[in-house]
Amino acid sequence: MMNLLKSLLAWVDERFPVVSTWKAHLSEYYAPKNFNFWYFFGGLALLVLVIQILSGIFLTMNYKPDALFAFASVEYIMRDVQWGWLLRYIHSTGASMFFVVIYLHMFRGLMYGSYRKPRELLWIIGMIIYLALMGEAFMGYLLPWGQMSFWGAQVIVNLFSSVPFIGPDLAIMIRGDFVVSDITLNRFFALHVVAIPLVLVLIIVAHLVALHEVGSNNPDGVEIKKHKDANGIPLDGVPFFPYMVVKDGVAAVAFLMVFSAVVFFAPDMGGYFLEYNNFVPANPMKTPEHIAPVWYFTPYYAILRAVPPMFGSQFPGVVAMGVATVIFFALPWLDRGPVKSIRYRGPIYKTFLAAFVVSFVGLGYLGLMPATETYTLISRILAVVYFAFFFLMPWYTKIDACKPEPDRVTSK
Amino acid sequence: MKAIKKVIVWAMLACMPVLANASEGGVQLDKAPLNLQDQASLQRGAKLFTSRCLACHSASAMRYNRLNDIGMSDDQITVELELPEDVKVGSTMQAAMDPNSAKMAYGVAPPDLSVIARSRSADWLYTYMRTFYADSSRPSGWNNIVFPSVGMPFVLADLQGEQEAEMHEGHVAKLKIKEAGSMSAEEYDHAIGDLTNYLVFMSEPAILIRHQIGWAVLAFLSVLLGLMYALKKEIWKDIH
Repeated sequence: MMNLLKSLLAWVDERFPVVSTWKAHLSEYYAPKNFNFWYFFGGLALLVLVIQILSGIFLTMNYKPDALFAFASVEYIMRDVQWGWLLRYIHSTGASMFFVVIYLHMFRGLMYGSYRKPRELLWIIGMIIYLALMGEAFMGYLLPWGQMSFWGAQVIVNLFSSVPFIGPDLAIMIRGDFVVSDITLNRFFALHVVAIPLVLVLIIVAHLVALHEVGSNNPDGVEIKKHKDANGIPLDGVPFFPYMVVKDGVAAVAFLMVFSAVVFFAPDMGGYFLEYNNFVPANPMKTPEHIAPVWYFTPYYAILRAVPPMFGSQFPGVVAMGVATVIFFALPWLDRGPVKSIRYRGPIYKTFLAAFVVSFVGLGYLGLMPATETYTLISRILAVVYFAFFFLMPWYTKIDACKPEPDRVTSK
Repeated sequence: MKAIKKVIVWAMLACMPVLANASEGGVQLDKAPLNLQDQASLQRGAKLFTSRCLACHSASAMRYNRLNDIGMSDDQITVELELPEDVKVGSTMQAAMDPNSAKMAYGVAPPDLSVIARSRSADWLYTYMRTFYADSSRPSGWNNIVFPSVGMPFVLADLQGEQEAEMHEGHVAKLKIKEAGSMSAEEYDHAIGDLTNYLVFMSEPAILIRHQIGWAVLAFLSVLLGLMYALKKEIWKDIH
């Protein structure tokens, strides 16, 4: 039996690089041994992707992308499809959890300087994934065809119409109609289930290829490839298989427990994962009093509202929102610090990072609230803090009093 | 690690004052006495719903035989809910009144109630159905505290009786029973509690089983977590 398997493997290996691929990416791919809690979220994001694709396939079998039937078909899934309610809750929880793990994954990058040389492209590819994910989530949110689906899409697509000159035509091109309609629903469905997932999978593969080329950063921010043994193996590295696989496995199960707790006990998460108003069918004739995007977009939404209209146009706010999302691309070149990891950074960087976290969370909260005068004022202050983190970075990372980096990784 | 913890704690503390100010004003809602384990209550609610609400409202996502989940057999559904002959137990709940004529009568088409407890909340419904009062300035003769200028006439007036509003500076200060109905105040609150209970079930029938399944899933995952952790320990024991 063993011999048969061996010869089968040999037969395949002559025609397809099974063994060398396994070695290059798993059994002989070395990851730093000092990974901590913050290094789980990349793998968990991959897990959520698989969960979303699988649950999404089965939802697609029962969902109807038609303005007349969409809302009812979701309730049909919730009631008449065997385990349909579970599929739907897994998918809706997965959407929010995707952003939870991605935000934590990005925050890890900020803390340990994972975007610094030689990982600039890895970071940029990751940012493209993030933008694609935002598009995927935005289009998916239209599909249940509730009031928030409809009016959220209406508000966001209308932002494009504030672009000078081409704006109104651009908005019509996106919607395929003069308002969000059945046509919009159909094309968003196509983009949500085919186009963007394909792009996502491709750039996630590119993200992993880039990662395996340069190797992982670690909580100390020092390169493990600097110190190798006689066989060229990093002294502070462990093979991804089996070491990282079992370590990430523990995290995956723990994560699934949190995920299940939401799915089974609080699928609407108090209105944050499934908004209450989205249980009212879309009605183009009736604007809700208060329109708020889902929580993962609200930091940017708050920045949009914080910028006052200039020359009778919302465009400056739209630009500020756009810059707030894409500014992350520039991080590798904004950071002039002599060290990568927060462990060896000085007090100034730590203060700025803390202020940035406060501004991001604070703006996220304010984006959910109606824009009262006080809230708008706080939003403006926090938006300034948000941008200061990035625009002052070349200056404060340079003057910060850093501690010396260790030569090799430390185990803490 | 210490620095990171500091950053997080700092961030959380900074957000607190913002969160504390979050509670908003508006009408105080009464807490609905929900108990989804109480099948008798759910069944009483179902009867009240089908005999009263379905006259004008539909629940087009809800099939009659889904009431099996709250302990009613197909025969009970047909007999006790007095289904018309052309309505099968597998049919969805349709309004007796045609939506267009309802719109003519009340100015607005009565909304479908399939998921009303999810969009409005149980507490809102429980309060809403107990705070109708006579108001001669309204075309229907009725007004409501949590839904001012509501289009719906108070169809449960024969049960609760007619309430009168004591006004204070243009706001309703207090409601008082002017003409008694067939139920005492306590009986009526119970009946509305049953109805709200039923509406919560109807908005998401899976709610009756999802907690149970959730505990089983969590139990399985915690065993798996223990095994995975042991495996990790074993494999990592030679790494220092």
